Amino acid sequence: MSRFRISITRRSEPGRWFAAGTVCAAIGFGFVLAGCLFALGGVNPLTAIARIIMGSFGSLYGLKETLTKSIPLILCSSGLILAFRARFWNIGAEGQLLAGAVGATFIALRSDGIPGSLVIPAMFVAGAVCGAFWAWIPGILRFRLGVNEVISTLMLNYIIAEFVQYLVYGPWKGSQQFGFPYTDNFHADAVLTTFPGSRIHLVTLGIALICAALVWMVMHHTTFGFSVRAAGESSGAARYAGIHAGRVTVAAVAIGGAMAGLAGVGEVAGIHHHLSYPWSISSGYGYTAIIAAWLARLNPLTAILSSIFLSGILVGGDTIQTAMNLPAATVNVFNGAILFSLIGSEFFMSYRIRIQPKVVP
Amino acid sequence: MDHLMIESILTRAVAAATPLLFAATGEIVSERSGVLNLGVEGMMAVGAVTGFAVATATGNLGLAVGAAALAAMAVSAIHGFISVALLGNQVVSGLALTMFGLGLSGLIGKPFIGRSAPVRFMPVDSSILSDLPILGSVMFEQDPLCYLAFGMALLTWVFIYHTRWGISLRAAGEHPLACESMGHSVVLIRWLATLFGGACAGLAGAYLSLAYSASWIEGMTAGRGWIVIALTIFAAWNPLRAAWGACLFGGVYVLQYVLQNKGIAPNILMMLPYVTTLLVLVLGATKRNRRRFNSPVALGEAFHREMR
Repeated sequence: MSRFRISITRRSEPGRWFAAGTVCAAIGFGFVLAGCLFALGGVNPLTAIARIIMGSFGSLYGLKETLTKSIPLILCSSGLILAFRARFWNIGAEGQLLAGAVGATFIALRSDGIPGSLVIPAMFVAGAVCGAFWAWIPGILRFRLGVNEVISTLMLNYIIAEFVQYLVYGPWKGSQQFGFPYTDNFHADAVLTTFPGSRIHLVTLGIALICAALVWMVMHHTTFGFSVRAAGESSGAARYAGIHAGRVTVAAVAIGGAMAGLAGVGEVAGIHHHLSYPWSISSGYGYTAIIAAWLARLNPLTAILSSIFLSGILVGGDTIQTAMNLPAATVNVFNGAILFSLIGSEFFMSYRIRIQPKVVP
Repeated sequence: MDHLMIESILTRAVAAATPLLFAATGEIVSERSGVLNLGVEGMMAVGAVTGFAVATATGNLGLAVGAAALAAMAVSAIHGFISVALLGNQVVSGLALTMFGLGLSGLIGKPFIGRSAPVRFMPVDSSILSDLPILGSVMFEQDPLCYLAFGMALLTWVFIYHTRWGISLRAAGEHPLACESMGHSVVLIRWLATLFGGACAGLAGAYLSLAYSASWIEGMTAGRGWIVIALTIFAAWNPLRAAWGACLFGGVYVLQYVLQNKGIAPNILMMLPYVTTLLVLVLGATKRNRRRFNSPVALGEAFHREMR
């Protein structure tokens, strides 16, 4: 017989500082969890973690790379927040990013007939349209036919990844790439300018920050944002309020997909200057963005910070990969551990735990 | 196409179906109890690498398969802890499990890349039976794990529909409160179901690295875990339907190789399993059929005894 009784009661929305503290504790716990696994694998966890942090935030080169990789993360996570707020589990930002890259490449490879200054805008529009289309498919499948969006978005990720490979091995294979499966390098008009001495493509960075701010504005200060949240939190109540939950959600998901598409444009036009293997165009940005969105508790402005943080882990992961000869998937251990402890920590934010002595009758 | 060709296609289709069926059986049990585990891909990867590592170290296949099941069960316990004990979001926890499992398998598997297993599962030798026309080799020339998969699916079907415990399992997923008032512990049922699902996914992984390809490469699960989730829905949470659904998907995997020398780009063929998955979900979800495809009512919902 235990003499104590543990009672669990629901608490109201946690205060801002309590939430922030819990998130930080969760990140710390995630690091400890990942560190234990490194130790089990015979890698000194302290060295690994120190190298990750030094590699990403500890040097000028690292900082520049961190900022570069945060661009697609900010765009994807802002877009995902729109979908997640509507309780639509879009796991397909990765595929929507690739769709955007394909759209941009299509324009870039046919840029001869377009005036020079219009090539880049046309690429961004094409990328956004393709990303939105790739997100619209699972949206419409869910609301017309009830198809589970987690699976459909994932399948579409795999399909577009194979499609990109088909393009670069087949019809779009460049004639000047020495047999490598790349498209020809983009014309100078189709290339984004970068911050001198870095790979930071400023235009996309600007677009990313604007998108994050716009999502925040829309979510909190417009009827559309209210409808999205209502559709997510209670579709029944939304229907009584005259909100067409399906239509609103599909729109939100497609807009989110467009943002992922923009990220894809940035990657091909700002970094690679051609289309190549899907895994080099996006090193799992679409999946990492899910963590960024969750870490930010679905607030797009906080998502800017969480994107930079997770981008640091990506960059640091590259560092330990080369310096300590670890496999590329190691970063996934970190990401998984952090995400686990984040969801676990939500328990402490939504419930109050009391341990009381049992009253003996 | 002659007889021998059809025979070999069908034989390979059943082999390709085996890992899907293992994992789908586990996922069906887990989801029947109300726990949605989207981490199948990660658990499979952990099982695959553990099985391969133990086989390399000990040369004992039985030990390797057992270790694979245990390792995958151990990572599924993280999902169980978050979704059953901490009442957390099961979708996100499952995604985390996928990332975590894939990462962990890469970390463990680094020394084994490019090596071939010293031991592997071979088709059983039953020369008289396998000489039967067409279905002879399909049914009697598979490896032991394959028979285990189909046997487990059958036993699980009996368990779910024809035993008292099966009723409690379904009650936990359909109406947890009613289940509690019948005197069963929903928490315990969900824990056991989640662990069983993990072990099954581990067996699926072991099949990949010890029978199907007898090697280990990072990402060798290649989306099979997600196809399993789709298969679970397609099978309407019934292990026997999952068995023939798995064979259907297995056939699609083999079709890739059959069509390879017909002049179709390999990457287009690689899309086949994923496109089939989408099509199957779309066809399965038409309005007329929706009732039959109803999922367990409390699937993905946290349950705590004190909050009714």
